[in-house]
Amino acid sequence: MVELSQDQIEKLKALGRTQKETLIKLGEQFKEDIKKYKAFIYTCNATSCHSGGASGVIDAFNEALATAGLTDEVRMVCTGCMGLCASGPLARVEIQGRKPFLYQHMTPELAKKIVQEHIVPALKQGTDVTANLPEELKKNELSLDLPFFTKQRKIVLRLLGHSDPENLGEYIANGGYQGLMKALTMKPEEVLDIISRSGLRGRGGAGFPTGRKWSMLAASPLVDGEKFMVCNGDEGDPGAYMDSCILGGGSHAVLEGMLIGAYATGATSGWFYIRAEYPLAIQRMELAIKQAKRYGILGRNIFGSDFSFMADIRYGAGAFVCGEETALLASVEGNRGTPHPRPPYPTQKGLFQKPTAINNVETLANIAPIIVNGPEWFSEVGTETSKGTKVFALTGKVKHSGLVEVPMGTTVGTMVEDIGGGTSSGKPFKAVQTGGPSGGVIPASEFGLPLCYEELKKIGSMMGSGGMIVMDADDSMVEIAKFYLGFTVDESCGKCAPCRIGGYQMLQLMKKIAAGEGTKADVAKIKEIGEAMKKASLCGLGQTAPNPVLSTMKFFKSEYDALLKDGNEPDEKTPEAPKPAACSVNTK
Amino acid sequence: MTEKEKIQEETKKMLVKWKSKRGSLIMALHEVQGAFGYVPWDAMEVISKELDVPMARIYSVLTFYNFFKLKAPGKVIISICDGTACHIKGAPGVIEAFKKELNVGEGETTADGLFFLQIVRCLGCCGLAPVVVINGKTYGKMTADRVPEVIKEWRETMAAENKGE
Repeated sequence: MVELSQDQIEKLKALGRTQKETLIKLGEQFKEDIKKYKAFIYTCNATSCHSGGASGVIDAFNEALATAGLTDEVRMVCTGCMGLCASGPLARVEIQGRKPFLYQHMTPELAKKIVQEHIVPALKQGTDVTANLPEELKKNELSLDLPFFTKQRKIVLRLLGHSDPENLGEYIANGGYQGLMKALTMKPEEVLDIISRSGLRGRGGAGFPTGRKWSMLAASPLVDGEKFMVCNGDEGDPGAYMDSCILGGGSHAVLEGMLIGAYATGATSGWFYIRAEYPLAIQRMELAIKQAKRYGILGRNIFGSDFSFMADIRYGAGAFVCGEETALLASVEGNRGTPHPRPPYPTQKGLFQKPTAINNVETLANIAPIIVNGPEWFSEVGTETSKGTKVFALTGKVKHSGLVEVPMGTTVGTMVEDIGGGTSSGKPFKAVQTGGPSGGVIPASEFGLPLCYEELKKIGSMMGSGGMIVMDADDSMVEIAKFYLGFTVDESCGKCAPCRIGGYQMLQLMKKIAAGEGTKADVAKIKEIGEAMKKASLCGLGQTAPNPVLSTMKFFKSEYDALLKDGNEPDEKTPEAPKPAACSVNTK
Repeated sequence: MTEKEKIQEETKKMLVKWKSKRGSLIMALHEVQGAFGYVPWDAMEVISKELDVPMARIYSVLTFYNFFKLKAPGKVIISICDGTACHIKGAPGVIEAFKKELNVGEGETTADGLFFLQIVRCLGCCGLAPVVVINGKTYGKMTADRVPEVIKEWRETMAAENKGE
């Protein structure tokens, strides 16, 4: 655990209530500082755009601005994820008084041209030059009127793509830490009540009501003077990168959510458990914690209140099972990430045997906006039982692959056809997979289905953390199911037999079927094993591992049948039961 | 100073900040791997002593998590993403092409110690699927056809680096 030095504590005490004012000033200073700018260039530097060469683009912008003598007039901002990853690297030009203009597939050459032929003329002439842009620039425009942008509703991703995630002043200027300041003026019970009334449910997949989880932690007494908050940032689901982007582009918002939770529940310190494969997310969270300590957002007597809290980071090490809460806690303690049976629940006996609440990254990012705007503001969005918005990583064979946030209840069809813009191949949709290796498929015939916890479960899938993989007519569903099962078998921790043995045997049968060697009896066996795994596995990994297989068997039976050796034979032809031969077996 | 002593001394320095913290074994292992590229046995001995953790537990933790390596990987680390998005967009073909071109299997290093091939799950840039990352450089929308050319590029880079030394 991080301990403050005596020197730091003294400093904090001396500052007392002025900590809060310092912070507010920091935000005001930022607003003052940016007044001089006449134009803004926002370049996405999240993982996807960065991998696509955003750093070179940023350098080129800076260089071109310096050459044009505009560094004092144009603010260059490296932002978090802008969303439309398939068109990256992205850059948005905002000239005062004009409509924002978005460029896609950025290159360093294009960046230079944008400065020379868009920004310079616009600032000199003071008119809208976007209608007369040279062809080269025009063809790289990405319309902001696309349904991809207009059909989204952003709470969690609000500031991503619009601000510098490393600038605390900018976060404050955009309303940051207002939630914490407001919460500290209330009683902890009032904060719990607001979160409960908002209807917020865990965004990691299972959808447990956050208010109830926090109330359970609040009810647990301190053990040795301690109680913990843990943020689950172990996004191991292949094809999902929401938490990576939320942490990388809005680490302060997640930290603020944890602080509010800690105040409401009486937790004394917290841990962010983040995948080691996400260096940017780790780096940004480390920076946020450092800044928070400097400004007294973390430490003793935060903002002059009686509330004290410290936070630290722990890295994951590449184990999917660590997304399961009891396994995650084992990993934070520095052990093998194997789950243990519940009860006792972590809110009673968690990290280091002390009461602990584990919340997903996206859940925590929702907290401060709820406190600031009120529970009704939040619960107005969404469906009867699923409130607010949900962030999805829309990937696979879809045209506009990227990170999107939509109100709960948005239909699958809206997601893939409007926001996603259809298939990337132009071929018809076949299905959408949600919930990753724990989820199932939604066939194209069911695209009217609203995205919410209950409906997805009903169809044999689950909300999951937000991975949404689109498949077109070319994809074999048997192959996909085998892929997911291979993943969970690989990632099974081996502690309980149903998952360890069941998963392995099921995978052998799936391989046999995929190779064209399977029979109907194998299909029946798979179903039998699947049911047993669902009922008897120790944790969520084993309980949900059969989902991709069972769900594809349900909706795409014909694909399995086509691969079976005896697939086309009618059911009646099952061999007759052997006649009992009198004492033919060794009875002696 | 022998190689072993060097590793042990360096490891000891790294452990100072983790000694007093609860549950810091995995963090310490991360730091050691960050410095050496893998977790050497010699380092494990120091960790065991300094953090007061049995060797057996260190070994069990190391082998449980995919991220940790017990052997020194090659100089050029090729990470091929086989997350779902990459998988349906052709990662299996890319993996086969790399295996064939380098004549190694998953988690293996080429005989000349140059290339290390690993398959990873989701690098978080699904928009560029299929993705391959080689020593930090990302290759998006990768195809099997481009594999020989990419390998050639890295052979040349490494040869140039050796000359520079």
